[in-house]
Amino acid sequence: MSKPGCARLRLFVAIVLACAALPVSASEGAATPSSFATLIKWLPLLLKGFAIDLGISVASMAIGTVLGAVVGVGQISSRAGVRRTSQWITQFFRNAPWLVLLFFCVLLLPYHFTVFGFSIPFPAWAKGIIGLALPVMGNVAEVVRGGIQSIPSGQWEAADALALSRSQTLRLVIFPQALKRMLPPWMNVYAVLMMATPLVSIVGVEDSVTVARSVLAAEGSPALLMPVYGLVLLLFFAYCAPIARCTRRLEARYAIA
Amino acid sequence: MIGLDESLRSLAAGFGFTLSFVFDDYDRTLFLQGIAYTALLSVASIVGSLLAGAVGAYVQFRGFRFASRLTDLYVQAFRNTPPLVQLYFFYFALGPTLTSVFGASQPVLSNVTWAILALTLYAGAFNVEIFRAGIEAVPRTTVEAAEALGLNQGQAFRRVVLPLALRTSLPSLNNNLVNLIKTTTNAYAIAVPELLYASSQIWSENLNTFEMMIILLVFYMLVVGLFSWAMGRFERAIAVPGWGR
Repeated sequence: MSKPGCARLRLFVAIVLACAALPVSASEGAATPSSFATLIKWLPLLLKGFAIDLGISVASMAIGTVLGAVVGVGQISSRAGVRRTSQWITQFFRNAPWLVLLFFCVLLLPYHFTVFGFSIPFPAWAKGIIGLALPVMGNVAEVVRGGIQSIPSGQWEAADALALSRSQTLRLVIFPQALKRMLPPWMNVYAVLMMATPLVSIVGVEDSVTVARSVLAAEGSPALLMPVYGLVLLLFFAYCAPIARCTRRLEARYAIA
Repeated sequence: MIGLDESLRSLAAGFGFTLSFVFDDYDRTLFLQGIAYTALLSVASIVGSLLAGAVGAYVQFRGFRFASRLTDLYVQAFRNTPPLVQLYFFYFALGPTLTSVFGASQPVLSNVTWAILALTLYAGAFNVEIFRAGIEAVPRTTVEAAEALGLNQGQAFRRVVLPLALRTSLPSLNNNLVNLIKTTTNAYAIAVPELLYASSQIWSENLNTFEMMIILLVFYMLVVGLFSWAMGRFERAIAVPGWGR
């Protein structure tokens, strides 16, 4: 990471710490060190909660990317039926609120599957991953379609002249070129997903926000409210800001103009 | 209306497809109130975020040193943290702290106000970036021409740069505002009785989760579709020939 990014991060840390100090000064007696020490004490648990967020976001991204690639290619299919269905799927999952889709999956998917007489449990976190993967699918489908359509039509014609079939053209000519252009928007989708991941705490999956609330309940100290939530914000910021910087740099490098 | 009520009741009894918010007065009130709150959250935070975006972009355009840095910090902080945690930070941490600082016995701001504030700041951060990109797309020569005509910097910004920048930023602005409308559902988490919250109350009483989910998805599809359509109309209505695509 380059220097200005670090400076920005340091400034952000300073502000969070200042926020942490504010309520302490407001409620006379309590000293800053104790509040800070309490934060340190709970840090491992909060990091564990954050790791769950990370895991959920990576799993959702993986599932959503695979599904989204299929739907995205479907959007430029030569068959009208496939094309129209894919476009509808894309629009539907892009326009639906993330939280509603999450509720949909968590409340309406069964608690367990029965396969060949075996009962396989289907826990809330797995349903949460699927609930987040659906909107990711819609967004990735749009990224894939945009990437493929950004390749000049001359490439298609040249492949045609070389007697490549449609699938060969896609696989050997279009996709390798489009992949590079899809990378920055795909990373943007991941950033949006990471921002949406704490929503799983609303539908009963334990993540960093759940941990933060438990910590606050356990300590029962109003002076800790800002530091604990501030720390959760800081964790997300420290993870997402470098990704966003990287995306912007890639965007600049791959810009066509 | 009575005929529809009756047929929906029999649909509920016969097929277990319960659209209780149509024939039940209590549920209908909840549902309509939910729509009203969703509309309030959306409209208020759209207006607020547009203002925040315009102010932020203006500050960066003028290049005030300290204010620019502050705006940059605001944008980075709100773009790179989850809106839900921002909302929690405002409502559960900043709210009680402010209340104790002011020594008030009642919370200083209601949950609806905090939701609007949090959504405004969240979407506003994206709007700053969107407007900035739009302003950067205005050719330097156009600004110089405006200055040559005797407009001062403020006038040049208001009358020349902003109208042109608005036109280039409309497509990404549409995306962000649609995202904002979808994000109003987050207010569920702090018990603002918007549509998702109202629906959850309805389905926990009538056990018609599936039906309410379908209604919710259709509702947001319609709202987003309508909004995008209106933005498209607006974009075409204010299009300047030869500017943009």
